[in-house]
Amino acid sequence: MTTVSVPFTRRTPLRERLIEAFLFLSAAVGILTTVGIVAVLVFEAVEFFREIPLVDYLTGTVWSASIKPFRFGVLPLMTGTLLVAGIALLVAVPFGLVSGIYLAEYASPRIRMLLKPLLELIAGIPTVVLGFFAINFISPVLLKTLVPGIGGFSVLAGGIVVGILVTPLIASLSEDAMRAVPRGLREGAVAMGATKFEVVRRVVVPAALSGIMASIILAMSRAVGETMAVVLAVGANPQLTLDVRESVQTMTAFIVQISLGDTPAGSLQFKALFAVGATLFMMTLALNLLSDRVVARFRNRY
Amino acid sequence: MTHRQTGRRTALLLGATLLFAACGGSASSPGSSPGPSSEPLSGRVAIDGSSTVYPISAAVAEEFQIEHPDVKVTVAFSGTGGGFKKFCSTETDANDASRPIKTKDKPGADGQLGTADDELSEATLCANAGIEPVELKVAYDGLSVVVNPANDFVDCLTIVELKAIWDQGSTVTTWADVRAGWPAEKIELFGPGADSGTFDYFTEVINGEAKRSRADYTPSEDDNALVQGIANDENGLGYFGFAYYEENTDKLKIVPVDDGAGCVTPSLDTIKDGSYAPLSRPLFVYTSRQSLARPEVAAFFAYYLDTVNSFVDEVGYVPLPEDELTATNAALQAALK
Repeated sequence: MTTVSVPFTRRTPLRERLIEAFLFLSAAVGILTTVGIVAVLVFEAVEFFREIPLVDYLTGTVWSASIKPFRFGVLPLMTGTLLVAGIALLVAVPFGLVSGIYLAEYASPRIRMLLKPLLELIAGIPTVVLGFFAINFISPVLLKTLVPGIGGFSVLAGGIVVGILVTPLIASLSEDAMRAVPRGLREGAVAMGATKFEVVRRVVVPAALSGIMASIILAMSRAVGETMAVVLAVGANPQLTLDVRESVQTMTAFIVQISLGDTPAGSLQFKALFAVGATLFMMTLALNLLSDRVVARFRNRY
Repeated sequence: MTHRQTGRRTALLLGATLLFAACGGSASSPGSSPGPSSEPLSGRVAIDGSSTVYPISAAVAEEFQIEHPDVKVTVAFSGTGGGFKKFCSTETDANDASRPIKTKDKPGADGQLGTADDELSEATLCANAGIEPVELKVAYDGLSVVVNPANDFVDCLTIVELKAIWDQGSTVTTWADVRAGWPAEKIELFGPGADSGTFDYFTEVINGEAKRSRADYTPSEDDNALVQGIANDENGLGYFGFAYYEENTDKLKIVPVDDGAGCVTPSLDTIKDGSYAPLSRPLFVYTSRQSLARPEVAAFFAYYLDTVNSFVDEVGYVPLPEDELTATNAALQAALK
């Protein structure tokens, strides 16, 4: 894209300068908000870590924020978050990838016109409605019949519902990545006698790999930060367990629990809120940075 | 659509919106009006606190608002403890409570009373804010222990077993850990959270110290959420106010409690005569002299005490005997002077 650059000189009318200043300030508001959020998180979290040593927080296996004796080991919450996100990916990656491949390579334009908006529709469902769907259908009807010994709240229910939430993301981004692969590569493979599926498997998907991996990491980031659906489906029992039939508490669910309750500002529980928020922020930041590096590493330039 | 047509359409929409906004705006009335009693009452009464007492207060509030449509009564359920914090900072006019107000200050980390780091009691906090609480006993409750209806082996629990399950540092994870012969399935525990008066009462009476409890269970101040949790889990076990069991007898199974004198099932009779021990307890509503100075609040509580026994029956708790109701009325009258 070519832009015409008009250098500012002393003869530039005041109006032009004002407009530029205004646009800059508008952009700055966004940046300042982010900086503000990070600053608040870090400041209050530091206050928290003055009372609870960082080592105890990071390695403790008991989380008891409201019931004495107070213990603030974040491992149960982190395990809960990672378990739910992990199951969500197990659900979303196969479905999302396969949908993306179908939409990019196999679907006729008419089917694509119908199917793609439908997929986007899932992304448009409010997450609280999906959580409601989990408590009223997935847990009592689906999981109770398939999994023995499962209760009303479980990691499995939460993981499935977040997986449904995140599938359109993977499908959409993977499809875009695959459609960006030059036709020449496909045609070359066909010219060498490859079947359609071989073209997809051996040429298109490897070529689009960086975009696909980026979409998966983005989906993980989204799953880690998901709140409403998880609060409704997974419950609020902060126990350290790897059994996916159990009810656990994720970091986001804890933040909701404390925010909705009557925790006085300045109390230890209140500060714990920020510590957990900061941890969550670090996790998503790390995932985003990883996504950038993966994309850069796997990118094929055509 | 032509430019002119879109312009007209927008103007029409804008006009309609403004019209609706203007109509809606005039409906809200100003604050309380202290005037002769012939004038209709108006104003607001804010109540928060115990989820156990909530059904009673909500029922009274509903009927009261039908008779006095200009008074807005809101009832929330943040838990007895959470509610007291709001009550003692003048955010609410009254607090539902499933335990009496705390009156003893606790010494802080330095072990000395009277220093700056003391844990102040609710009574002290109220006094510091200029609030004089008025205690009104309104009903009796039998704190009920419930399990899932599919549970066919739990017919009774002793208070020793209850303490073993719920105490801090408890190592009980399966039913077999509670009583030999029971299945070795993991118990899913549900109970009120730390802001709840039910939590305070149960832990004090069963574990020996208020607020001392294990922490690895699903907590909620909303007893309906606990009902749902236990109803959906075969291995569920939980405790909450009797009214929530009464309302869901098809989804829950009540567990009789044995405190040494045999297994007693909570019912209107056993709670009234005290044989359902130690989990029978009085329920209170606390208001303040300051709030009672407002006519709508005074009228609300007069109405409350007049009608409470009829609502308590409906809701599922045990109504006060005549002499205790008279005593509560006397307390209200004394506070109105």
